[in-house]
Amino acid sequence: MSRDVLDQLVQRFDDAVLATHDQFGDETALITADVWHEAAVFLRDDLVCSMDHFIDLTAVDFADRRTPRFEVVLHLRSSERLHRIRLKAPVGLGPGGENPQVDSLVDVWKGANWFERECYDMFGVEFVGHPDLRRILMYEQFEGHPLRKDYDAHRTQPLVPYREGYEKLQPFGLPQGMPFGRQTHDRWKTAVAGRPEDAGATNLLGFEED
Amino acid sequence: MEPLDVELEDGELELPTDPMLLNMGPSHPAMHGTVRIVVELSGETINKADVQIGYLHRGFEKMCERGTWSQVFPYVDRLNYASPLLNNVAFALAVEKMLGVTVPERCQHYRVILGELARICDHLVCSGAMAMELGAFTPFLYFVKARDLIWDIFEEETGARLTNSFGRVGGMAHPPTANFKEMVRTTLPAVLDLVRDGENLVLENRIFLDRLEDVSVMSRADALALGWTGVVLRSTGCNYDVRKHHPYLTYDQYDFDVPIGQRGDNYDRFSCRQHEMKQSARIIDQALEMMADDGPVNVDDPRIVLPPKDEVYNTIEGTIQHFKIVMEGIKVPAGECYSYTEAGNGELGFYMVSDGSGTPWRIRIRAPSFASTAGLGQLITGAMIPDVVPTFGSLNMIGGECDH
Amino acid sequence: MNDNIRVIEGSETGFATTRVDALLGWARKYSLFQYPFVTACCGMEFMSLASGRFDMARFGAEAPRFTPRQADLLWVVGTVSQRQAPILKMVYDQMAEPKYVLAFGTCASCGGFYDNYATVPGIDKVIPVDVYVPGCPPRPEGVIDGLLLLQDKIQTGDRTPAIVKPRTDPVPASEGLVPLRKQA
Repeated sequence: MSRDVLDQLVQRFDDAVLATHDQFGDETALITADVWHEAAVFLRDDLVCSMDHFIDLTAVDFADRRTPRFEVVLHLRSSERLHRIRLKAPVGLGPGGENPQVDSLVDVWKGANWFERECYDMFGVEFVGHPDLRRILMYEQFEGHPLRKDYDAHRTQPLVPYREGYEKLQPFGLPQGMPFGRQTHDRWKTAVAGRPEDAGATNLLGFEED
Repeated sequence: MEPLDVELEDGELELPTDPMLLNMGPSHPAMHGTVRIVVELSGETINKADVQIGYLHRGFEKMCERGTWSQVFPYVDRLNYASPLLNNVAFALAVEKMLGVTVPERCQHYRVILGELARICDHLVCSGAMAMELGAFTPFLYFVKARDLIWDIFEEETGARLTNSFGRVGGMAHPPTANFKEMVRTTLPAVLDLVRDGENLVLENRIFLDRLEDVSVMSRADALALGWTGVVLRSTGCNYDVRKHHPYLTYDQYDFDVPIGQRGDNYDRFSCRQHEMKQSARIIDQALEMMADDGPVNVDDPRIVLPPKDEVYNTIEGTIQHFKIVMEGIKVPAGECYSYTEAGNGELGFYMVSDGSGTPWRIRIRAPSFASTAGLGQLITGAMIPDVVPTFGSLNMIGGECDH
Repeated sequence: MNDNIRVIEGSETGFATTRVDALLGWARKYSLFQYPFVTACCGMEFMSLASGRFDMARFGAEAPRFTPRQADLLWVVGTVSQRQAPILKMVYDQMAEPKYVLAFGTCASCGGFYDNYATVPGIDKVIPVDVYVPGCPPRPEGVIDGLLLLQDKIQTGDRTPAIVKPRTDPVPASEGLVPLRKQA
C-alpha cells in the first residue's frame, strides 16, 4: 500500500534516497540529512502521500558499529489514505558522531516540537531551526545525553546532596510484625535492655545490641 | 475611625498591570504529581503556558537495552500503569512481528479479553480522576469500586492486581483458569452498572457540564499534526482506531463501534471514554463466545517459548532449552520494526532495532500520552485557570508513559 | 480480664490518668493529616486504598491536605526521579513537626528495579523515612499494615525506621483457610 509513497519519494529525490526496504512490512526510506526538511514537506503536501498524521520521531545510536553514528527516524501516517512510511536520515558524520545536526520539522508538523526536544535531550541531536530546543525529560543541570551508548546507565547526577550517616536498616528490618502482636514492638525494646530470655531471639533476627 | 488608606499615594492603590507568572505543580493535587505548568496570566486568563514534563523519567529505554527481550515485560507494565495488560500485549505483538510468529487463536481471544478489561480500567481511572479533580468525589468511588472488581479477575488470572507482567513472547504466562469465562461474565454487568451509576451523577450536573462543554476545543487538523491518537483524536471527529483500521489479533472478527466526537472539547473526550467502555464490554462478550475452552495458548516453538516446568526438572533437553532462553534470550532477527496497537490512550507503538542477539539494541516506545500532553499548552492558552484542571484530566496524561 | 478495670456508667463521673506524651501520641496517631506525594504506578493502588473497599479512613488517616504545611504524614507514593528529588525535599522541609514519612512501594523505598541515571535509589537518600512498605506496588493490606506500624511507633515515640515485612498467615492451614485460587 505504501509502496506508492516510496516510489514517489524515489522519483522526486532520486539521488538523495540512499536506500529503501520493506522489512517486516514497514516501508522505509533512508535519505540524506540535507533533504530532510524538503522530503517532509513533500510527504505532507503531495496528493498521493498526504502524510498529515505525525506519529513518531526518534533517533538510534549505533555507537561504533556504523558511521555516521546516529540515525534520526520519523514515522508518518496518512489519515486519508491510511498508509504509513518510515523516513530515516543518518546524522553525525564526524568521527565519534560529533555534532549531529538535522533540520527541524516543527514548521511542518507542530507535534514534532516535543519529539525533537526529547531526541535532543536523549541523544544530543541538534535540530536546526527548532524554536525552543531545550531539555524536556532531564533537568537543565544534567550533563551528557543518557541514551547514547557511551553514557553509563548507572551514572547519576543528583540535584540534592544525598544524606549521610543515617541508620541503615537490616535487610529484613527490625523484628516487628504487624498487626497481630501489637506488643512485638515493645518486646525488642526490652530485649535490648538485656532480658536474657529474649536475647537469643533478637540475635536470631539480626538486631544488634549496643 | 480614620480610613486606612489616607496616607497612601495614589500609585500604591493600583493593581499591578504586568502579567503574573504562576507555577502549577509538579506537586499539585490536580497535576498527578508529575507535571509542572508555568502560566503567564493576565487576570485569570492564560496568555502563555509552558508545560514541563519529565518528573517521572525513569530511563525505560535505557533499561530495555540491558536485559533480554523477555525482561522488558516488567518495564512495559509500568509505562501506562493504568492498563498494564494492554502494554504487555502490545510488546508481545511487537516482538512476535519481528519473529514472524502468530499465537494460536485461543490466545488471541484471551489477549483481547484481558486487554479490553484493562482498557475499561484505564478509562475508569481517567474519568474517575477527572471527576474527582472537578470536585465530584462519588463517581470516583464508584469507578474505583468497578476497577477493583476487574482487578479481582486479573488477580485470579495473573496473580497480581496491577503490574501483571503476564504477557510472554509467543503466548501468555498461563492459560486461562477454568473459571475465567464465568468470572468475566458475572463481573462485567456489575462493572457496567457501576459505570452507569457514576455517569448519572455527573452527566446531568450543570456545573460539571459547564466546565466540560466547549472548553479547550481542538481541531481535527491540529490534532493530527500534533500526533494525537486514540480517544483524544477521535473526540475531534477523526475516525482512527487501530483496532478497526489495522486490525491485529482477532479484532476483525468482532462487531463493535468506534465512538467519535464532534467538537473535540473536554466533554467529547469524556463521553468518548464512557462509550468506549461499553464497546469494550461488547467485544469481551463476543470474544468469550469465540474463545475455545481448551487448546494451546503458546506457539509451538522451542526457541521462543519456555518448556513446561516438569520437563525442565526432569529432562536434559528441557533444562537446556530453559537455560538458553533465560540466559541468552530469544534471538530476534536483525533489523528494525515498528509495531503499533490501540492502547488506553491511543496508538502505542514500539520501534525496535535488533542486532540479531538476545538483547534489544534499541527499543523506542511511541507513547500516546506524550503526544497528547504536547497539545496541552495549545489547549489552555487563552483559557482560564480553572479550565486547566478538566483539560488536563481529559487528556489522561499518564506519567510513566509520557515521561518514558 | 483485669478485675480492676470497671466501665464507668453514663450517670457517674470519674477520671483517668495518663502521661502527657502518651496522650499526645494517642491523639496524633489517630488524626494523621496526610500529604499524598503521588508520582507513579503506586498511585493506582493508593486510589484503591483511599476508596471504598480498603478505606483507609478507618484508621483516622483519610484527610488529605494539599499543602504540606498542614500535613503531618507524608506519603511518598511511587518513583522519585532525580529531577523530582529537590521538590520532595522542599515539601518535606515545609511540613511542621512532628512529621512522619511513609515510603509507599519499592521505588520509594530503594529505587526498585529502576537502577539507572534517572532515579533516586530510595527516598531515604533525601529525607528520613519512618516506615517502608515494600511491594511493586504493595497491596493495600500491606499499606494498612504499614499505617498501623506507624501508629504504634507514634504512640511509643519511636523514630527508628521500620519495614513492613512479609509474614505468614496467623491461622494454621489445618483450620481450613479459604484457598485464594478457586479450585477447578
